[in-house]
Amino acid sequence: MEIVKKRTKPTSKSALAKSQRKWASGFIIAAIIIWIFYTFIMARLPDALQSVVQNWFPPTALNEALVWVICALGLNIVVGYAGLLDLGFVAFWAIGGYSAGWFMSAFFRQANIHVFSSAPKSLPGIHLSFWMVIFVGGLICALFGIIIGAPTLRLKSDYLALVTLGFGEIIPQVFTNGENIAGFNMSNGTKGISPVDNIGVPGKSLGPFDFSWKFFIFVLLTAFMVFISLRLRTGRLGRAWLAIREDELAASMMGVPLMRTKLSAYAVGAFSGGIGGVAFATHVNGVFADRFNFSISIILLAMVVLGGMGNVWGVMVGALLIAWINSTGLPAFGDLVNNTFNTQINFPSYNFLLFGGVLVLMMLFKREGMIPESRLKAILHEADDTSTNVEGGH
Amino acid sequence: MPSALVAENILVKFGGLTAVNSVSFDIPTGGIVSLIGPNGAGKTTFFNVLTGLYKPTSGTVMFGGEEITARPPHKIAAAGVARTFQNIRVFGLMTAEENVMVAMHSHLKAGILGTIFGTPRQRREERESHEAARSLLEFVGIGKWAGEYARNLSYGDQRRLEVARALALKPKVLLLDEPTAGMNPQESKVFIDFVYRVRDEKQVSILLIEHDMSVVMSVSERVTVLDQGEKIAEGTPAEIKSNQRVIEAYLGKSKGEKA
Repeated sequence: MEIVKKRTKPTSKSALAKSQRKWASGFIIAAIIIWIFYTFIMARLPDALQSVVQNWFPPTALNEALVWVICALGLNIVVGYAGLLDLGFVAFWAIGGYSAGWFMSAFFRQANIHVFSSAPKSLPGIHLSFWMVIFVGGLICALFGIIIGAPTLRLKSDYLALVTLGFGEIIPQVFTNGENIAGFNMSNGTKGISPVDNIGVPGKSLGPFDFSWKFFIFVLLTAFMVFISLRLRTGRLGRAWLAIREDELAASMMGVPLMRTKLSAYAVGAFSGGIGGVAFATHVNGVFADRFNFSISIILLAMVVLGGMGNVWGVMVGALLIAWINSTGLPAFGDLVNNTFNTQINFPSYNFLLFGGVLVLMMLFKREGMIPESRLKAILHEADDTSTNVEGGH
Repeated sequence: MPSALVAENILVKFGGLTAVNSVSFDIPTGGIVSLIGPNGAGKTTFFNVLTGLYKPTSGTVMFGGEEITARPPHKIAAAGVARTFQNIRVFGLMTAEENVMVAMHSHLKAGILGTIFGTPRQRREERESHEAARSLLEFVGIGKWAGEYARNLSYGDQRRLEVARALALKPKVLLLDEPTAGMNPQESKVFIDFVYRVRDEKQVSILLIEHDMSVVMSVSERVTVLDQGEKIAEGTPAEIKSNQRVIEAYLGKSKGEKA
């Protein structure tokens, strides 16, 4: 045992921890710089420069991108860690959004419940504090993750993907048509629920236009999700997830309960989708059923794949990039081109062509994503080198 | 000697094919026994019944005084029946140490919240399992590769890693599925000593499936022969060597005898 204890950790592991610290401090510094910029510097810039920033990097797009990051990090736990293909993640985003609609708005007029809320006491409805709704929404999603997962996770890869696709369609449909469920208005149908309460922080109440403060809060939520992802990854559960991703049968033979372990990945991923959904509801000041469409699931998956499956930082960069292109980059670029060449091309409508093309290119040339997890890089470049590991030998 | 594991009248049918036909078998506590037979004799199927991967059409498997026939594989593994695989199935993109730690899953307690918040109990548990994994890797002789991805290890070392991983389950019974496949005679010899060491130091009972007759005959206390799903012989290596049915099963009957 003495020898065992003296042995130093392998360099790869400590190098890994070092690179994690580097990324984490980079994230914090970038967040602080951006926050300072939008809060203090932006207003003092000359008008011309301000409008350029507004066109290309509006604070609202930044906040929306962070919501995408939160959801993509959740999907990364399901797809990247546990290797379960989920094509219906929008379901959790929607459930999270409606949690915000239910628990922090005047929607349920018959009730009058206020708990640490920033809303005026005279307002009817259920008004919980934003910070409570974050957890309530997350937990409701986790519960639904388990309910949806329990019957479906017994299926293998492709079939699982198909069933999740179905749930991703069903749940938004339930909300769209949930105006009259045996006389009970659950979701207000296509009209949606709006407005939702402000975010209450000590001494302030953040409405829909307090972008820079909300940015701060969304960054906190993102950091929370990163923290959860990294902690779980290195622990008992994370090892079991990776083992299942590698070889389900061998994992079960080593005492890993497949269903429970997969369900926990699903639940944690869904929890994060719920947080994203609540955050998104406060960002757009409401929940609207028609927003939760299939393309969200696909874009989230593209973010995870493009960024680098299994690596939280890669997924974050991928999510920020795609969200920005989708909401701002492409329209702004289109305006620039149209104004310069006097054309009338509708650039934003080509977004899926662009993403599809990029995904194809990535699959051809950089399968492991922009910032891959080191493990995946190894296996995805294996296909070129068929001589190794055919019989498990050298 | 009491038995660590007893299988009675195991019958496995795949559609119309009978893969294992009413085989009874036991592993004596602290013993090393072997299961041999020509290809397709049903050895691995039988193995898979013992570890819960297949449910037998009929028959029971008893382990530690309890019936485990219908239990899911992970519960059987956690109860103390560990195995290795004929075609190596290490988690290639996890380090050797992580491979071993995966098998400790059922003995560790940390939950989602405990892991997220890094409670003192969780951290102590992680530290202890790191140390336990290291000492297991040292035990099988690949301690220096603890931080290496399993896929980068040599073939022999991957086999050793599989044993270390199986031992992390703290098993009472260890099932080795063709552990010397692909080894040269010299390596096989080293492996035999290793099997004894595992048995004596970890107090496990061992069942071997093996093709290499020199290994089987030198290491086993008892040999059971399967052919076409049926148990055709059981006895000491010396008895098996001279058993006419076994010789026929392996070499075929001569023309004269067939009539």
